Amino acid sequence: MMASSYNAKDEDGHISVSGPGGGALRSKKPENTAFKQQRLPAWQPILTAGTVLPAFFIIGLIFIPIGIGLYVTSNNIKEFEIDYTGVDMSSPCFNCSQNFSWNSTRPCTCTIPFYLEQSYENNVFMYYGLSNFYQNHRRYVKSRDDSQLNGDVNSLQYPSKECEPYAYHDNKPIAPCGAIANSMFNDTLELFYHPNGTKVPVPLTATGIAWWADKHVKFRNPGENQNLTAVFQGTSKPVNWRRPVYELDYDPLNNGFINEDFIVWMRTAALPTFRKLYRIINKKDNMVPTLQRGNYTLEVVYNFPVRSFEGRKRMILSTISWMGGKNPFLGIAYITVGSVCFFLGVVLLLIHHKYGNRNNSADISN
Amino acid sequence: MGMDLSTLRTLISRYCVGEENWVDSRTIYIGHKEPPPGTEAFIQQRFPDNRIVSSKYTFWNFIPKNMFEQFRRVANFYFLIIFLVQLIIDTPTSPITSGLPLIFVITVTAIKQGYEDWLRHKADNAVNQCPVQVVEHGKVICKQSHKLRVGDVVLVKEDESFPCDLILLSSSRDDGTCYVTTASLDGESSHKTYYAVQDTKAYTTEKEVDSIHGTIECEQPQPDLYKFVGRINIYMDNEPVARPLGSENLLLRGATLKNTEYIYAAVIYTGMETKMALNYQSKSQKRSAVEKSMNAYLVVYLCILISKALINTLLKYVWQADPNRDEPWYNQRTEAERQRHIVIRAFTDFLAFMVLFNYIIPVSMYVTVEMQKFLGSYFIMWDDEMMDEELGERAMVNTSDLNEELGQVEYVFTDKTGTLTENNMEFIECCVDGHVYVPNVICNGQVMPGAAGMDMIDTSPGPEAKEREELFFRALCLCHTVQVKEEETVDGIKHGIHQGKSSSLYISSSPDEVALVEGMKRLGFTYLRLKDSHMEILNREDEIEKFELLEVLTFDSVRRRMSVIVRSGSGEFYLFCKGADSSIFPRCVAGKVDQVRSRVEHNAVEGLRTLCVAYKPLIPEQYQELCHLLNGAKLALQDRDKRLAEAYDLIEKDLILLGATAVEDRLQEKAADTIESLHKAGMKVWVLTGDKMETASATCYASKLFHRNTQILELTTKRTEEQSLHDVLFDLSRTILRQHGGMTRDSFSGLSGDCTDYGLIIDGATLSAVLRPSQEDSNSGNYKEIFLEICRNCSAVLCCRMAPLQKAQIVKLIKASKENPITLAIGDGANDVSMILEAHVGIGIMGKEGRQATRNSDYAIPKFKHLKKLLLVHGHYYYIRISELVQYFFYKNVCFIFPQFLYQFFCGFSQQPLYDTAYLTLYNISFTSLPILLYSLMEQHINMEILKKDPSLYRDIAKNSLLRWPIFIYWTILGVYDAIVLFFGAYFLFDNTTFTSNGQMFGNWTFGTLVFTVLVFTVTFKLALDTHYWTWINHFVIWGSLIFFVVFSLLWGGIIWPFLNYQRMYYVFMQMLSSGPAWLSIILLITASLLPDVVKKVIWRALWPTTTERIQHFAFLMTFLHLDMAAL
Repeated sequence: MMASSYNAKDEDGHISVSGPGGGALRSKKPENTAFKQQRLPAWQPILTAGTVLPAFFIIGLIFIPIGIGLYVTSNNIKEFEIDYTGVDMSSPCFNCSQNFSWNSTRPCTCTIPFYLEQSYENNVFMYYGLSNFYQNHRRYVKSRDDSQLNGDVNSLQYPSKECEPYAYHDNKPIAPCGAIANSMFNDTLELFYHPNGTKVPVPLTATGIAWWADKHVKFRNPGENQNLTAVFQGTSKPVNWRRPVYELDYDPLNNGFINEDFIVWMRTAALPTFRKLYRIINKKDNMVPTLQRGNYTLEVVYNFPVRSFEGRKRMILSTISWMGGKNPFLGIAYITVGSVCFFLGVVLLLIHHKYGNRNNSADISN
Repeated sequence: MGMDLSTLRTLISRYCVGEENWVDSRTIYIGHKEPPPGTEAFIQQRFPDNRIVSSKYTFWNFIPKNMFEQFRRVANFYFLIIFLVQLIIDTPTSPITSGLPLIFVITVTAIKQGYEDWLRHKADNAVNQCPVQVVEHGKVICKQSHKLRVGDVVLVKEDESFPCDLILLSSSRDDGTCYVTTASLDGESSHKTYYAVQDTKAYTTEKEVDSIHGTIECEQPQPDLYKFVGRINIYMDNEPVARPLGSENLLLRGATLKNTEYIYAAVIYTGMETKMALNYQSKSQKRSAVEKSMNAYLVVYLCILISKALINTLLKYVWQADPNRDEPWYNQRTEAERQRHIVIRAFTDFLAFMVLFNYIIPVSMYVTVEMQKFLGSYFIMWDDEMMDEELGERAMVNTSDLNEELGQVEYVFTDKTGTLTENNMEFIECCVDGHVYVPNVICNGQVMPGAAGMDMIDTSPGPEAKEREELFFRALCLCHTVQVKEEETVDGIKHGIHQGKSSSLYISSSPDEVALVEGMKRLGFTYLRLKDSHMEILNREDEIEKFELLEVLTFDSVRRRMSVIVRSGSGEFYLFCKGADSSIFPRCVAGKVDQVRSRVEHNAVEGLRTLCVAYKPLIPEQYQELCHLLNGAKLALQDRDKRLAEAYDLIEKDLILLGATAVEDRLQEKAADTIESLHKAGMKVWVLTGDKMETASATCYASKLFHRNTQILELTTKRTEEQSLHDVLFDLSRTILRQHGGMTRDSFSGLSGDCTDYGLIIDGATLSAVLRPSQEDSNSGNYKEIFLEICRNCSAVLCCRMAPLQKAQIVKLIKASKENPITLAIGDGANDVSMILEAHVGIGIMGKEGRQATRNSDYAIPKFKHLKKLLLVHGHYYYIRISELVQYFFYKNVCFIFPQFLYQFFCGFSQQPLYDTAYLTLYNISFTSLPILLYSLMEQHINMEILKKDPSLYRDIAKNSLLRWPIFIYWTILGVYDAIVLFFGAYFLFDNTTFTSNGQMFGNWTFGTLVFTVLVFTVTFKLALDTHYWTWINHFVIWGSLIFFVVFSLLWGGIIWPFLNYQRMYYVFMQMLSSGPAWLSIILLITASLLPDVVKKVIWRALWPTTTERIQHFAFLMTFLHLDMAAL
């Protein structure tokens, strides 16, 4: 009765007993596959000093040049950073940072002069950097409504609960809702070049700073091709904003939810010190460097308060290579790991030489 | 009137108490007939029906009961709590992340357990529905077994087994006896005689039986197989006749009727109240040692988890002390949150951290372990080497929970009859005056010369020698209690079962006697029958010789011999005596004692069961005298046994030694080899048998359990009669300890190899004396300890004369001893069931003695020899597989969760998850689950053949060596290291810099995805590094799950998923892959995190290789040599 183990084949075997003598036995015996007998052909590598040695040397030989390459590339990148928070009394933005109030109608502006010691070839990327700003705080990260941002009309009227306490204002839904949108970086940075005492504005491009997919797929204005003002009728602007979302830019392709500054801000940073792409300074022609050596001024419309949480604001100018911005870490890490591998390779070679033979002879004597 | 009242009172009291067990006796109405009026009024008691239930669930209670049992498991309960917390409070991850795996686990387990219970139901039904013949209204009706009720009268035919406990009423034999074998109950395959009560034995047809009017009063069921007290009242002419009933009237469920055409019997105990069922132990869930260490690790991780959550909660509030950090202008709380009390907030934060880190205790580990065990057990069932061609059976797995425990066995408790031996006696040789006769070939009594070095049989023996030779043969033909079964009842089928051997013709309570009589037949003297107290022998010349059987001096275990007195055809009186050598030699006055003795000793060493035969011619006067003596003793009313013994002692003396015989209880094929392998693998083998000591020890020698140089310590009734138990125990322990001291000295001088090893023989009675908890003196508590100490130092122990429950007791004793060794019990009969259930691993042999053992075992194998592969290969594999599985699971979850912990320090302790929900959920379920599952099914670190050839490899994994704390800590540290490399690697790459070549920035989800990608690759590669046996399946699964991860991530980020309320992962993975530095850093981080483990492995292998690694290396070299040879 219990002959029926898990496989029903056994029982089949019983039934076919009436068959030719050997047949019954064979049917009882399941197909003798290598898998069932755990005898599948297998590659059985073992990690010995002998087999690992070449791998270590190869890794070392590959990693060290890569590391050197990365390090050199990183060093060739030009980067300029300026802190315009206005913590020091001497800082031009000190006043603005001191007398900050959300309700002030007149924006506070300050001008910071700086000197570029090198000329910047190629495209220059202009970033703003914030420190001690926790964009990755859980309450903050989830405080957004992706379907509202994707143009969903229903979500426009009834923002997600996650946006609380930035979902409704004066009983009107906030568009865009949530803490992230509400705290959007709203300083205006302008750059001026001062060749020979004149003041030449540096042309800044505000497009191409957001991910292509975000700009074209993830973020959409509600109501296809309608007048934005009409679409956002009945919604309230985020509390801290000076202008409603449909007045972010004059260019209809960069207005509303698909405003690139907005999209960039909405991609929450991983760490409390971060930078975000603000503008691109495109190279105009091959003869002139994008930014020449010389005196510049940064004109800031100071709207974004960071002093209350001991934050910092920076403006960064940087060129970019194929491996991104200035970051010596990757190159150093490659060189380190490569050298460690190489070193271990040497150690293992010694061990292999000293003990490998003894080991083998012991085996064979066994 | 007064009587009526008392009846009423009894009635009321019986029904009011509501508990039927208070009656300590029961009354049974044979055939459900009312007793005649006027007798004492009996109240019909209610008895259970004859249903056997071994299943756990019914259809209705399956879901609630199974759920309850599953959530009683700490791990499941923990996950349930986490799930509920996620449902109730606002937590960083959605309830789906833990709900989905939990539901999956619970469902898979429920399905598995349901399926196993369904199998048990099927088996129960098969038993419960087998047909039974019942006498009702003078007719025989066929009923299903479970419908039997107490009081029914059943008809049992030959070779059927009894459906429940029965009182024999009558049999087809005139004397009201029947023969029964209780092989499946207590392992004794000999036929025992049972008796019907005098007053009922004449009722031999169904009509007559139906007319029996009577009641049986007997005790309530109790598990002792050999005890029964009762009384039968037969009403004849309304006049009750009371007769006592004892165990000789009780036929037990599970026993089989033999050599009797049919019997009628009354049902007294049914179903779960039968003695057989009461001897079962309740099935308890067996847990393996691996599971225990898993639980220990779990507790450690739980502590880590709680402390992580506590630390984070604490730091969170320290950090938040500044209101500008707690609630900066850009990140305000809702009003409701602000209003919440600080304590509640802190508590929910704590819970939220718990939820965030809960993945460190992997739900999926339990699923994977369950699946690994369930699927892995198929390899045992599929194994062709564990299939018996003859029986057509292969190994069976009843509980897959214990696969790895097979690799951890330290004590093996084995049954003897049917497990070690074939349960099939065979005559090997006899020795007459030093001449050895070996009936090698069955054909017409050809005499073959004996072993080399012995006296060859004289080709032309002198007339005197020939005479003695024939006298010896006649003695063996006459001196026995064998019965001959009539030819006509032997049908062809029966012949078939016994492979045409004539053994089925002779029946005896001692299989040795059958073997001897059969052996004589082969040597030319055939015992025909006993007719009118004349024994008939067919001699070599085909003449029938008749001997009148005058007296039988029956065998008893004290004398250890038996005798017959016969008168030959020519009127001479002879006394023939056969018995153990120790009881015959001192009584011999003539014969070639020395030659015979040397042969006997030689045979005993070979593991054969030897008997000596002697005779004494009697003159008629002597016979008369003896007769007188015997009759006087037999008729004595007082001290009958003592006087009989004295009489026997007087009669059986001054014997003339004829020779000796040797009988073999054939060992199972390769039993000795198996036992030797088990010994070499470091296991201690105990034989527990119901058999008598001599037989059992002979088997032990034959099966190499005891070696020639094993020093045997006896702890038997015989010895404790001479000395007190106390002294014996202390004597033995002193012997052992002296040896032990010597051994340590030896080991100092490096000569530990040749110390004598000890074997202990203990019998049931002594064992119970040792184990008996005694009230008066505290010494007895020590007995157990001393006994255990002795046992620990014996490489082999033989326990004989054991009752089934005693077998379980001894297993329990060892189990509970201070090292907590892993025990394995193996047996084939119902008498082994209790020990099979008690031991950590119970193995059933699919023997001749029914299916009880098989059904109750965890694993069932066709033959004892299969144990070797089951333990040494399968057990070994499963152990290393599952230990890697467990360690790896904890490792990969440390790698998984520790970065998340570190991330809290950079996100203001806000419980922000580092990874996306999908990754959190699928990491354990799909990205990293299959490789380890397949690893844990396929891995073979050492070739199967080597494992079989070298049993000492089993010692490498003994005592749960791969799950010890240092190894666990190593894995955990490795996990933490990897996590740190992953997290800080990504951190420094992300820190305040651009990562792309178009200047655009990445966000927190890209950061998490980068860590996660490196993580998945690292842990998978780590497994790949550990894999030693790469079949195509391993390749497929390892590379396949990495590809799956990439494809999934592309898909997950490739679409705006309409059903999700967030699109945080949109395009993240692709954007990451489009960045060159991301690729470079993935490669770098994987390399950096794998590096230390590889280096550790290589260096350890080179400097301190384990045996396993040596053998791996050797095998590796061999394959290379092989290849070279092939190339040449």
